[in-house]
Amino acid sequence: MELIVFVLASAMVLSGAIGVVLFRNPVHAALGLVLTLFGVAVHFVSMEAHFLAAVQVIVYAGAIVVLFLFVIMLLGVDRAEDLTIEPLKLQRPVAIVLGAGVTVLVAGAVVRGADTLGRETNASAPGDSNIRALARSLYSDHVLAFELTSVLLIVAVAGTVVLTRRLKKSEG
Amino acid sequence: MPEQFIAPSIDWFALSPYLVMVAGALGLLVVGALTPRWPRGLYSLVSALTATSAGVLAVFIWNDVAEMGPGTLVGGALSHDAFAQFVTIAVCAATALVALVTDAEVRGTVLEGPEIHALLLTAATGAMVMGASNDLIVLFLGLETLSLALYVLAASERTAAGQEAGMKYFILGGLASAVFLYGIALLYGGARSTNLGEIVARFQSTVALERNDSLVLAGLALLIVGLGFKVAAAPFHVWSPDVYQGAPTHVTAFMASVGKAAAFAAMLRVLVIALPFHRDDWRPVIWVLAIASLVIGSTLAVVQTDVKRMLAFSSVSHAGFLLVGVEAAGHRAGEQISGDGLESVLVYLALYSVLVVGTFSIVAVVSRHAGGSTDISVFAGLGRRRPVLALALTILLLAQAGVPLTSGFVAKWGVIQSAVAERSYAIAIIAMVSAVIAAFLYLRIMVSAWLADPSEVEPEPVPAMTGVAIALAAAVTLVVGVYPELLLGWTDAVSNFAR
Repeated sequence: MELIVFVLASAMVLSGAIGVVLFRNPVHAALGLVLTLFGVAVHFVSMEAHFLAAVQVIVYAGAIVVLFLFVIMLLGVDRAEDLTIEPLKLQRPVAIVLGAGVTVLVAGAVVRGADTLGRETNASAPGDSNIRALARSLYSDHVLAFELTSVLLIVAVAGTVVLTRRLKKSEG
Repeated sequence: MPEQFIAPSIDWFALSPYLVMVAGALGLLVVGALTPRWPRGLYSLVSALTATSAGVLAVFIWNDVAEMGPGTLVGGALSHDAFAQFVTIAVCAATALVALVTDAEVRGTVLEGPEIHALLLTAATGAMVMGASNDLIVLFLGLETLSLALYVLAASERTAAGQEAGMKYFILGGLASAVFLYGIALLYGGARSTNLGEIVARFQSTVALERNDSLVLAGLALLIVGLGFKVAAAPFHVWSPDVYQGAPTHVTAFMASVGKAAAFAAMLRVLVIALPFHRDDWRPVIWVLAIASLVIGSTLAVVQTDVKRMLAFSSVSHAGFLLVGVEAAGHRAGEQISGDGLESVLVYLALYSVLVVGTFSIVAVVSRHAGGSTDISVFAGLGRRRPVLALALTILLLAQAGVPLTSGFVAKWGVIQSAVAERSYAIAIIAMVSAVIAAFLYLRIMVSAWLADPSEVEPEPVPAMTGVAIALAAAVTLVVGVYPELLLGWTDAVSNFAR
């Protein structure tokens, strides 16, 4: 059962990710991203992390991808760059070979090291323990990381202003 | 019955440099948004003062660390050690200098205002966090804070080249961040913690014979790729010439100083501090990266005709020198007597940050006057038009070349000496040969500035604050070059790090 769920969810994640890269229409690519994020949510559920799964669906698949779609539709989807021109003829085949090589190496390392992976799950823990455990690690071990993400948001705000400000306002 | 929650204790004073930087950025944004345009130069002065006060606070914290010994902060997320304070001081110094230069560069454009300074300060905060991080998640967040701000800054000028630089940097940097994050995930799978202290404790507690380390090694490889991109080490340097050339010059100065210092500090944290047990695995990789960076950086720099591209390749070769120091640190990483590698890298970083900001500031002054061109021909006759500026340029370029009596010599001497002390003779010899090749490039700029025919150009105006930044950078370069013991006596403590 666990294996079937894992294979199905992984197929969702991978096909969604490949779709994001291969679809020509950005709206389709964004929908491919939804599929990927749903697949990750299924993985979370199969690992008994129900709260994370819910957050994943609501925040990522819900809010963030909807935001992507808004931006794509506001900016227009018909602006496409011609990607067929290739300054270096060899680079795509070489990139494919190297990418496949790295994938094989990393996969080999994971398979070989699979025995050393931790087996801790909190499947036996009662009801709301997920949220409790999350809150505990967020506000103790990772409280600094949690606060640092707010600095990232400052960068996002200031960056948006810098990148989008129009010339006209500079006189004001 | 719910167990008691114990919040991690927070030493606010030890965190004060970060708090000051973030408060400065927020203050600039909020107050700047509520008030009419400030008088000229005030934004720059405020952000330079913020960075300076954060740096001064770091000096006081250093004293505390020296008295009470290193430790960790906020539940083991940050290190409280001389290493972190040293990186903080170097980053703050470079940020203050860049903030001064930024004023003249953005005056009269849409970018004039508090936002660009807020970005500089938050980027510097990310860099400081990278230097102090004791947890891979914190390290990654610092890296992202720095990188995202740099992407925006690189694209901040509305020119085709600037936009291209920002886009290129964003896509390739995003890929490097993803690789880095994957490395963290694999390392977490192998070591079952992202905390550097716990990773080391895990290796100390398990028996070496039975260990199956393939996950850790794969993670380590991906981490080296991610960090190699951020420090612009060959063969991950391909983005740097285009980005350095296309980005506004003050941003290039920031990237070359703060960006490189933070990425190398992170590399030392990950390799030397967190994974000393794998030093024989990562040291050969660093050896290859160092030699590739030295050779590619110095040879390709010589054939460029654009000064910013030349300096980009020269910064690749500087990355090679720094990697020589990292390689030397790798010989005895994790031992009681750890050699001089770590100190030599940090000293190099601090000195290089200051002198590279000075160099790019002069490029900014000259190219601004030439309508944005950074071709080597615009430097022709600078010695006749602006002898003092040309003199400062000469001092800074001699320092980049590593000529004695400048800080560059102290820096290069340090890494080569530490390599020789570990019997890495081959890498030391290649480093010295490439320094000689790279010297040719600096000479070309100097010859153009002093000996070329004076063109019929008006002398470039030197904005006051940019002038101050250049003078400070040149002064540091000379003073440290003549009295290196001023700095070196101070840096012995940095290898006493915490995890």
